[in-house]
Amino acid sequence: MDFKFTEEQLMIRDTAEAFLAEFSGSAAVREQMAAQPAAYDAELWRRICTDMYWQAIHVPEQYGGLGLGYVELLAVLEPMGRHLLCSPFFATVCLAANALLVAADDRQKAEFLAQIAAGTTATLAWTGARGQWSVAGVEGVWSRSGEDFVLNGQWRFVPDGHSAQLLVIAAREAGSDGEDGISLFVLPADAPGLGREWLPAMDQTRPQARLSCRDVVVPARGLLGEAGRAAPLLGKTLDLASIALAAEQVGGAQRVLDMSVEYSRERVQFGRSIASFQAIKHKAADLLLKVESARSAASYAACIAGRALLGDAGDAELREAASVAKAWCSDAYFLTAGSAIQIHGGIGVTWEYDLQLYFKRSRSSEVLLGNGAQHRERIAAMLLD
Amino acid sequence: MQLNFSAENEQFRREIAGWLEANLCGEFEPLRGRGGPGDEHSYPEQRKAWERELAAGGWTCIGWPESYGGRDASIEQQVIFHEEYARAGGPGRMGHIGEGLLGPTLLAFGSEAQRQRYLPGIRNGTEYWCQGYSEPGAGSDLANVKTRARFDQQRGRWLFDGQKTWTSNALESDFCFVLARTEPGSSGHKGLGFFLLAMEQPGIEIRPIRQLTGTSEFNEVFFDAAECAAEDIVGDPGDGWKVAMGVLGFERGVSTLGQNLLFQNELDEIVRRAKANGAARDPVLRQRIADAHIGLRILRCNCLRMLSGNAADGTLSRESMIYKLYWSTWHRNLGKLAMDVLGPESEILEDGPYQLNRLQSMYLFTRADTIYGGTNQIQRNIIAERALGMPREPRG
Ligand SMILES: Cc1cc2nc3c(=O)[nH]c(=O)nc-3n(C[C@H](O)[C@H](O)[C@H](O)COP(=O)(O)OP(=O)(O)OC[C@H]3O[C@@H](n4cnc5c(N)ncnc54)[C@H](O)[C@@H]3O)c2cc1C
Repeated sequence: MDFKFTEEQLMIRDTAEAFLAEFSGSAAVREQMAAQPAAYDAELWRRICTDMYWQAIHVPEQYGGLGLGYVELLAVLEPMGRHLLCSPFFATVCLAANALLVAADDRQKAEFLAQIAAGTTATLAWTGARGQWSVAGVEGVWSRSGEDFVLNGQWRFVPDGHSAQLLVIAAREAGSDGEDGISLFVLPADAPGLGREWLPAMDQTRPQARLSCRDVVVPARGLLGEAGRAAPLLGKTLDLASIALAAEQVGGAQRVLDMSVEYSRERVQFGRSIASFQAIKHKAADLLLKVESARSAASYAACIAGRALLGDAGDAELREAASVAKAWCSDAYFLTAGSAIQIHGGIGVTWEYDLQLYFKRSRSSEVLLGNGAQHRERIAAMLLD
Repeated sequence: MQLNFSAENEQFRREIAGWLEANLCGEFEPLRGRGGPGDEHSYPEQRKAWERELAAGGWTCIGWPESYGGRDASIEQQVIFHEEYARAGGPGRMGHIGEGLLGPTLLAFGSEAQRQRYLPGIRNGTEYWCQGYSEPGAGSDLANVKTRARFDQQRGRWLFDGQKTWTSNALESDFCFVLARTEPGSSGHKGLGFFLLAMEQPGIEIRPIRQLTGTSEFNEVFFDAAECAAEDIVGDPGDGWKVAMGVLGFERGVSTLGQNLLFQNELDEIVRRAKANGAARDPVLRQRIADAHIGLRILRCNCLRMLSGNAADGTLSRESMIYKLYWSTWHRNLGKLAMDVLGPESEILEDGPYQLNRLQSMYLFTRADTIYGGTNQIQRNIIAERALGMPREPRG
């Protein structure tokens, strides 16, 4: 038991912090946000993939990755959240690569994880138009056509779905419901019949898209796992992604708290710094409690995620850890970002000041992969049903 | 970063678990799960006997150096000990103030003679301690202590006049560590001394205070020419504040660990009751029960982080500073949750005149959690000032 970063993990985090401070400053983020339709900075992505190699950080060495663990992934995600990195990183690594790690066979891993390690962007599409994040929320349908599979339907809220080069898509057998009939497929984004449309969103730092399939043909080798039985695999992938998102949320929450404390010390009203008012001090103290606890939650969950990927932790343990982390970190980030605006006063609600970007990211991150209430209900089901 | 314990320490876990199973039985069986916070008044004599049993097995003061009767147990092993102790339903420790607070204080600030005199009694479960800090005029503002200590040159003894209050377990204790003013006319942190007083003496009167639970754990303690020997001052006159603050640091240490599993036992009971009475189907209560589970999981992680990162230089890390505020608030919410799960039954007593069940007494006593050991407001001041570097509170 040694529940803190090792020297090496600290180095990974500090290196990420320095890199992102340089390449993901306010001006860079705002330039990204302004792109219509949203497009990522290809040069920055190239740097990430060649100089930092983060896209393959937790991919095993045999598939061209660095072979590090989930805690190391957490160590780069936290600074990414802190700097509002606009990048296909989350979609590629935390959604698609995780899906491949969980569901692909050796041959598929060798092919597709190697592509990701080489810089191919990717994402995972599962949620339908109803916007339910759970496995049961899959609406798009698959059917068989000889040896091949055929996809039809709509997927919404797909992170970076309009720009990803490789897609992992979850679909269900026509007529199935709940967790039955789910399959996972991997296919190139330019497959015939596949339509992609960018969805302008309130948070401009993490683009979303709508995908539609009209008789898109996926050859048998694009099927991940067993046809109709991928629900546990998709569930595991979403749990891993939730833990990654929680780590990002910690970074964002820490940043807005830092901004608020700093601002409060400088801002003078009634002849004293507003940081000397107990109402502000106590609010800040409560936020620190939330943020430090968020860090504990994400770290705990990352340890479990690492074990789950090695087969040392069961699905239930992973699910519990994911929901603990996602519920707490979602609420903590939103509360911190909202309170930060209050501590800043009027300047907090301007377009120019960066706080609004964090406030919006906190909300989009809360929504993505299920909010606090949804994850609490998952825990309740484990404890009470 | 990892949560697993080494194989060697898992062996240690089996050892303590096995010992508890073999010994926490027979005459000690009724003590299981008793004597925790809110229940400290129950079975004092039997719990002292249990303390001696633990001592005989070498399971008191395990974190102390071997030279003082401890096991030099690592933090990791202490975590394991506290976990297994709570898992086995080990009774609230009568000796926890001596083991967790005074012992470490003497190890850090005491003289060798003081260690030789006082540590064995704690280690062997034969001498019990209480904490004499708070006074009617010195609660959160502890530096406002008014109890006077003056040195009687002729008799070579320290003499005390004044009053302490809220002194937990004073009636069950043999000794009290007392913060008192050595320098007449001094104020604030200066001019204080830290003393070791025997409770059984003519100059000390103890009056129990009845709490909202109907029971009495804390007391008023009056000093009227109470005495201690010249050598029973820890540090020099004037060092009292430094020593007393050291104790508060230990209060947030490993000694708080066992409570996480006590909390788990309480939450488990709430879950059982919710399933039995249908509360488990109420969507709002489901959210709150899940929230309690999440909060407890994180409490343990905060605790493990705090212990993993314990800075050698004694400065408190951020995770240490939030610890008290976190658990006290969590536990207070749990108390209310327990009552809401029980519904109207929560109001009905087990028996007259005021026989509370476990959850009721937990619920009532959790209101004290956010007060003792530094109120939530004081914790927030400390966090804001020391962790976040915000300005200090002005003094009146
Ligand atoms: C169950 C229990 C057991 C105890 N056991 C012991 C013991 O064994 N030995 C011992 O010495 N003491 C003990 N205490 C005393 C305990 O440490 C004090 O109660 C505590 O420090 C608070 O002091 P007070 O009760 O005088 O409240 P006060 O200090 O009067 O506080 C009243 C209210 O004012 C608020 N307040 C005070 N100062 C500030 C500030 N600067 N900023 C904002 N708000 C402020 C407080 O938060 C609180 O809400 C015990 C208390 C309890 C409840």
